[in-house]
Amino acid sequence: MIFLIIKRILLGFITLFIVSIITFVGTEVLPGDACTTYLERQAFGEQLEACYRRLGLNIPAYERYVSWALNAIQGDFGYSLSGEMPIKDVLGPRIKNSLVLASAAIFIGIPIALILGIITALWRDKLPDVAISTVTIFAMTIPEFISATLLILIIAIWLEWLPGIVIVPTDVSFLELLPNIILPVVAIAMIMTAHMARMVRSSVIQVMASEYVQMAILKGVPYWKMVFKHVLPNALLPAINVVALTIAWLLGGVVVTEVVFNYPGLGRLVIESISNRDLPTVQALAIILASIYVSINLLADLLTLMLNPRLKTLQIRK
Amino acid sequence: MTDIIQKVKNLSIGFRSKKGEEILILKNISTNIKKGETVGIVGESGSGKSTLALAMMGYVKHGLYTVGGECEFNSSNLLKMKSKDLEKIRGRKIAMIPQNAGQALTPNLKIGYQIDEALQLHSDLDERQREKKISELLNKVRLPSPETIALRYPHELSGGQQQRVAVAMALAGTPDLLLLDEPTTGLDVTTQAHVLELLNFIAKDTGTSMVYVSHDLGAIAQVSDRIIVMYSGEIVLEGPSRDILKRPIHPYTHGLLKSIPKLSLAGLPDSMPGSQPQPGTIQSGCSFFDRCNFSDENCKNNSPKLEFLKDLNTSVRCFNYEKLVKENQVSQTVNKIKNKSQDKEILNLSEVSISYAKQKLLDQIFNRISDDNPTVKDININIKKGETIALVGESGSGKSTILKSIAGLLRTKDGLIKFDKNRNLSSDLKERDPNDLRIIQLIFQNPDESLNPNHTVEEIIAQPLKLYFGLKGEELKKNIIDLLQKVRLGEFYTSRYPRQLSGGEKQRVAVARAFAAKPDIILCDEVTSALDVSVQAAVLNLLQQLKEDFGTTYIFVSHDLAVVRAISDRVAVLYQGRLCEVGPSNDVYKFPSHPYTEVLLGAVLEPDPDIKPKLVAEDIVEERPPEKGCSFQGRCSRIVGDICKKEIPPWQLTDSGNAIRCHIPIKELQKEQF
Repeated sequence: MIFLIIKRILLGFITLFIVSIITFVGTEVLPGDACTTYLERQAFGEQLEACYRRLGLNIPAYERYVSWALNAIQGDFGYSLSGEMPIKDVLGPRIKNSLVLASAAIFIGIPIALILGIITALWRDKLPDVAISTVTIFAMTIPEFISATLLILIIAIWLEWLPGIVIVPTDVSFLELLPNIILPVVAIAMIMTAHMARMVRSSVIQVMASEYVQMAILKGVPYWKMVFKHVLPNALLPAINVVALTIAWLLGGVVVTEVVFNYPGLGRLVIESISNRDLPTVQALAIILASIYVSINLLADLLTLMLNPRLKTLQIRK
Repeated sequence: MTDIIQKVKNLSIGFRSKKGEEILILKNISTNIKKGETVGIVGESGSGKSTLALAMMGYVKHGLYTVGGECEFNSSNLLKMKSKDLEKIRGRKIAMIPQNAGQALTPNLKIGYQIDEALQLHSDLDERQREKKISELLNKVRLPSPETIALRYPHELSGGQQQRVAVAMALAGTPDLLLLDEPTTGLDVTTQAHVLELLNFIAKDTGTSMVYVSHDLGAIAQVSDRIIVMYSGEIVLEGPSRDILKRPIHPYTHGLLKSIPKLSLAGLPDSMPGSQPQPGTIQSGCSFFDRCNFSDENCKNNSPKLEFLKDLNTSVRCFNYEKLVKENQVSQTVNKIKNKSQDKEILNLSEVSISYAKQKLLDQIFNRISDDNPTVKDININIKKGETIALVGESGSGKSTILKSIAGLLRTKDGLIKFDKNRNLSSDLKERDPNDLRIIQLIFQNPDESLNPNHTVEEIIAQPLKLYFGLKGEELKKNIIDLLQKVRLGEFYTSRYPRQLSGGEKQRVAVARAFAAKPDIILCDEVTSALDVSVQAAVLNLLQQLKEDFGTTYIFVSHDLAVVRAISDRVAVLYQGRLCEVGPSNDVYKFPSHPYTEVLLGAVLEPDPDIKPKLVAEDIVEERPPEKGCSFQGRCSRIVGDICKKEIPPWQLTDSGNAIRCHIPIKELQKEQF
């Protein structure tokens, strides 16, 4: 078991290493570099040389990679080009904002998704299922830029209940941010909840049709006890991995939604730094997003392993 | 008299087809279960026997509904009862032992909890008493060290142990009626015999009534007092067990009993033509009409009623049962198979070892397998052209593993597999040339999985013809039709998809595909296990016919020893991947000499209440073969001393040509038989 965890962690680091090399090489082979972008038309002669020296671009690429990687491990990603400020200072508030958005969506979305999924499965083909399933399929199929725009139109413009666009500084306090995030959270949670509810529904239906559930019924186990003891633990196990992917997707910044609402999160930063050719920031973002995905998937796998007695003993025996 | 415990009255259960028609699974069933009696319900798949058993608990599967009739228990109709009241009957008054305990135990709950749950629901014992009761129950079903078993999860037990847990769980509520749905199907022969013996003991010990549902007349014969035979959703015959097995007066039962291979008879039994009609088939006459040998015009137009014959104490649904009453016993005729083996060697396995061990990194680099105790070891068999050799043994004996290696699906660790004296087949599949692949063909157990559901029969059979012989156009078509006729399927089958065929027809297509390659050797991996009994005989007869026509060699793997007896010339008995005995079928079956062969044959269940299985050894499951000594030491009842634990036994030859691997001198082994 411990051996397995160590193995998975090592594999995670290898993944991150490969991602870092790919992004570094990628930014390196692109025509032009930070200095030509920064200096624009003055990018020649003395000024260019000076810029190269200042940013350390005159030393060979592999040396630059090593020193960049060593600094990155310690949390120092160098300087952002556009604002000429340390990247970690740029990232900090953005990560915080994305976390706020993601956790709000998670805390609202996951319980609702579970409840809706279980209700639709237990009342399969009956009225509650037909009604909820119609709504969830509808919510699933509308792209978020449309639902977000509609939300702005109805709630913010017609009813004037909430601000439609987030126009606060990036490093605003949580309480001030709160009214601003309601609409984005609703937009994200709608699509995410719908997806997860469908998944939970099919998983519960599958377990309900299993022989062990039939056996529990024939044993005289009361309905709700059967649902909680025999059905849900087995039905929700496969859901863990899907939930994990959803969380990673949320933390990685929900690009479209953030752009529509002008929300200062990681997703918008990705778009901004790409259009500004702010390569050091793009590199830092790639690494951070990759590590979020790797670590959340690792956590989900370990959780599944711990909760599923079948996998647990298999691993111990091997 | 109130000795009737469950009364089924005019019960019909059905479903709605996509077109909205009502299709009946059970048609007007009436029967009574008496106190303390064991009733066997027998029928082929799709005959409605499981639906009937579940209805006796007031349970109707999702998608089915009760069309009419009732299941009366304690003078209340279970099918109309509220689920609150049903919860008090299920598990407490009527309990179920499921077919596949491995699937029927909840995977995330410990064994102890699952039994405790039944006790909590159906008894008023306190926690300490319940704990004691769990141990008692596990002890009663003869599980070793109950305390540790209770702490395990279902997947940590073997199939036989899981089945015993299911029995313990059913007994927890001390029910008056036990319903058993194929409780031993899927278990090894020896385990099956032990579980049946346990069930018989429990029936006597507790006086519980039992309803035993099975397709296996052998198992039914061992437990039931009364038998109900079902066909196409109807009861066709019902009466005392002995009479039904010895003198069946319904043509279906008669034919069924004739088509089951017996241990005592070498040769292939007669087969019954056709197959059971699909539910929803509209028939004006008797549902068995087109398969019946005794039918006449009347049977075609009118459907017979279930008629109670007082003097025989039997109910029968047939116009012509009197013809069968006159026939005293089922006289089984068998077609003795001719031994077609020539003196020419076709496949030679020498010192073959096969390992499933995970390769270490270093071994992967050097492309070698290192395992001191491989799954299969020291296999030496010399197979002659035209013979049928059978590999038998329980699950885990390595019989399928050896087939895989011969087919090239699994690489051998050591040893040589040689075809026709000079072609080396020990290599991987990837290294074999097309001709090496052509000469060996496989027929799998389950045609549902081995036939591509998106290909028509024509495409399935065309593939080997195109691949090995490059046939095209008219010639290809002609060959396909030829092959279909050889397996007794008409030309019109070409455009059908596997799902449009019955189980027997699918397996015929799989046979045709194997023969399309014109192979020298065909490997048959449990080819009849997934088929109904009445279809099994037909497929066996077909295989034998094709073999005589083409001179093919069969390597036949089966867990069913009676089937092996019927078709094979020679038998190799395997335990834990090591050979125990190799010899001509006649000798192995008449004088089982190796202690393991004796155990295996003793456990076979025959559809005859007078032949009881002999339980020689415990049905322990060993996970790995022993490191040293005889492979069977762990379960052998005739260990002669330390030598069995230390030394691999030598091969001993009998006069009739049996080779036996045992430390007991051959004379002594054979003496025991008489």
